[in-house]
Amino acid sequence: MAKQPADLPIMTGAQALIASLERCGVEVAFGIPGGAILPAYDPLFDSSIRHILVRHEQGAGHAAEGYAIATGRVGVCIATSGPGATNLVTALADAALDSVPIVAITGQVNSSFIGTDAFQEADIRGITMPITKHNFLIKRTEDIPEAIKAAFYIASTGRPGPVLVDISKDALAESAPFDYDDELILPGYKPTTQPHNRQVKEAAKLICKAKRPVLYIGGGVIKARAWQELADLVDLVDIPVVTTLMARGAFPDDHPLHMGMPGMHGSVSAVGALQKSDLLIAVGTRFDDRVTGRLDSFAPEAKVIHADIDPAEIGKNRVVDVPVVGDAKVFLSALIEALRHEKLPDYQSWVDYLQGLKERYPVGWSESTDGGLTPQYVIKRIGEIAGGDAIYVTGVGQHQMWAAHFLPFAKPGRWLTSGGAGTMGYCVPAAMGAKVGMPDRVVWGIDGDGSFQMTNQELATCALNNIPIKIAIINNNVLGMVRQWQTLFYEGRYSNTDLKSESVPNFPLLAEALGCVGLKATSVEEVDEVIHKAMAINDRPVVVEFTCSKDAMVWPMVAAGTSNDEIKIARDMAPAWEEEEL
Amino acid sequence: MSTHTLSVLVSDQPGVLARVASLFSRRGFNIASLAVGRTEKEGLSRITLVTEVDDANVLEQLVKQLNKLVEVYKIIELEPNSVQRQLILVKVRCTERNRSAVLDVVELFRAKGVDVSFDSVTIEATGSEDKLEALITMLEPYGIIELVKSGEVALSRGNKSINEKHRSALQPGR
Repeated sequence: MAKQPADLPIMTGAQALIASLERCGVEVAFGIPGGAILPAYDPLFDSSIRHILVRHEQGAGHAAEGYAIATGRVGVCIATSGPGATNLVTALADAALDSVPIVAITGQVNSSFIGTDAFQEADIRGITMPITKHNFLIKRTEDIPEAIKAAFYIASTGRPGPVLVDISKDALAESAPFDYDDELILPGYKPTTQPHNRQVKEAAKLICKAKRPVLYIGGGVIKARAWQELADLVDLVDIPVVTTLMARGAFPDDHPLHMGMPGMHGSVSAVGALQKSDLLIAVGTRFDDRVTGRLDSFAPEAKVIHADIDPAEIGKNRVVDVPVVGDAKVFLSALIEALRHEKLPDYQSWVDYLQGLKERYPVGWSESTDGGLTPQYVIKRIGEIAGGDAIYVTGVGQHQMWAAHFLPFAKPGRWLTSGGAGTMGYCVPAAMGAKVGMPDRVVWGIDGDGSFQMTNQELATCALNNIPIKIAIINNNVLGMVRQWQTLFYEGRYSNTDLKSESVPNFPLLAEALGCVGLKATSVEEVDEVIHKAMAINDRPVVVEFTCSKDAMVWPMVAAGTSNDEIKIARDMAPAWEEEEL
Repeated sequence: MSTHTLSVLVSDQPGVLARVASLFSRRGFNIASLAVGRTEKEGLSRITLVTEVDDANVLEQLVKQLNKLVEVYKIIELEPNSVQRQLILVKVRCTERNRSAVLDVVELFRAKGVDVSFDSVTIEATGSEDKLEALITMLEPYGIIELVKSGEVALSRGNKSINEKHRSALQPGR
């Protein structure tokens, strides 16, 4: 029964917004005030919510993502209308592609001005329709509590994702009875979490018949916090595992059955595990083109079990033999039960084959010879010194791929990277959000000189708000990944990839100017020294510049648009598959 | 290429049509015809959508993506024998001399003359796509001044409503 308005407290829309956020359990929000959202910032001043005043709304969006991934809760960002809101767009698109639960609150011009090209008006609901899981435009004060509740519910359930709530200034300013406890009714939103029993049985049947099965694990396993179930399943069935970029850490890298990361820059053993498989057990993953390469030659002999919480992912890119709609955690538990008493085939020769590939073609690097540091070595040392319990965040590019290979992936939930969108500039603000969410963990950002310069102003936010993150700039002076493509596919014509970051900016000075400690390593001897120095500083953010060789390349590599079978372990060097062993 | 008629029950709220149209556009699905209007229930609108797809996978993907929209409540595919109607208004050139000939055609198609002037007559007709095409062909020789077509609307045959047709409902899961 809806309560009579007389029983309900009267609040302004702004008060109702803040009260609703508090009731949704929000502890932290990242944002910047402005004209249209201004009413909301007044009650926010007295609220239990910690508001972190960022320097750019994109930073607020990525910080909300970082907070969400590190804590498993919904991240919140706030912006004003017009440019404030449009600055959130990149972060929303990033969160949509990587299924990150965030709620964005934006102010909108007065409802009577909407549609008149008023000052700082932008149709942010229209703009963000394709890049949010859902969005709202609220023009009535009394609709605010329900919209906020719905936003948190939609963002965090099913396949998580970003939800935007745009609220007109008059709705924030006017008063109405505050009714938060009204039941939330969303007839068009009912995510399926419980997989169909019959489908689980079918999956088990295929596994019992397979000779070369592989667990193709995606970010959904992290989102569903299903890593224990995954470990239990592997214990039971001894099937090899590959973890995608978004799933790094879902299964420990040092496990003998872990074949590494598949994809365009995947390890030979992981790519081989998919290509030579006769059964893909795909969980929480979406057959992204960066994993499959040319689809028509991807895992050509494999049957496919595809379990995902989003039914639209199933069959989207690859025809599936056993579709399973449901939560990864529930599915993996059910699969364990279904297989517990089955007599499974002996997969040993398959495992031996893959372990042979892993041994023969480990992911490695050749030392730089031009006097610059070897970037892979730097990243490996950071991982070894900071250890498996630290949180690692990356930008996008070569350093990201090296980080995905050479950091210690021992535990889940400690890896933040922009996968689907490939958003350069993700690192610093996402690291900030992660550190706010998990203040007791060491947070290392592994960034490139290009990525870093897109969002580094958030270091000022970190310095002022006691958010002591550590950022390693792998400075190779160039847009390294693009330059690598120019080396390989454009005859070394380096059009507009030289950032000249060896001369400008002076990164340690920039760091100091932003209130951080700035360090620099130019020789191998200095690498450990500066990492240890950075580890010892906990009262301020630290930026460490590593001057690296610009010619280092990311290997292995499957060239875009080609088959995974064409993987190269170095320029013009293909692995020998030795098919007869199968 | 095959043609399918979908009936989509949606929340009657501003922006829903934009969401559906934007989904089709960004995912490269084809809309051949679209009609939207309120239903017998307050708060519910119904979109009748005719789409042309290359294969069954595309249709499946389209329905799954539509189902992900929070404001989409239900989607069914209407069978080819369902009642499918379009409305056209067509203004034809005619004078006193040939007006009765035009009206004969109108009569033949069970259409209606809804406006007449000294040198034109406006005709209203409903029916299936085929019937309306035939009517237009018959009217063309007289000179079509202007023509407007509605999107197709459709209902299944029998006594069931979209809310009860669970068996043929295209559910999000499988």
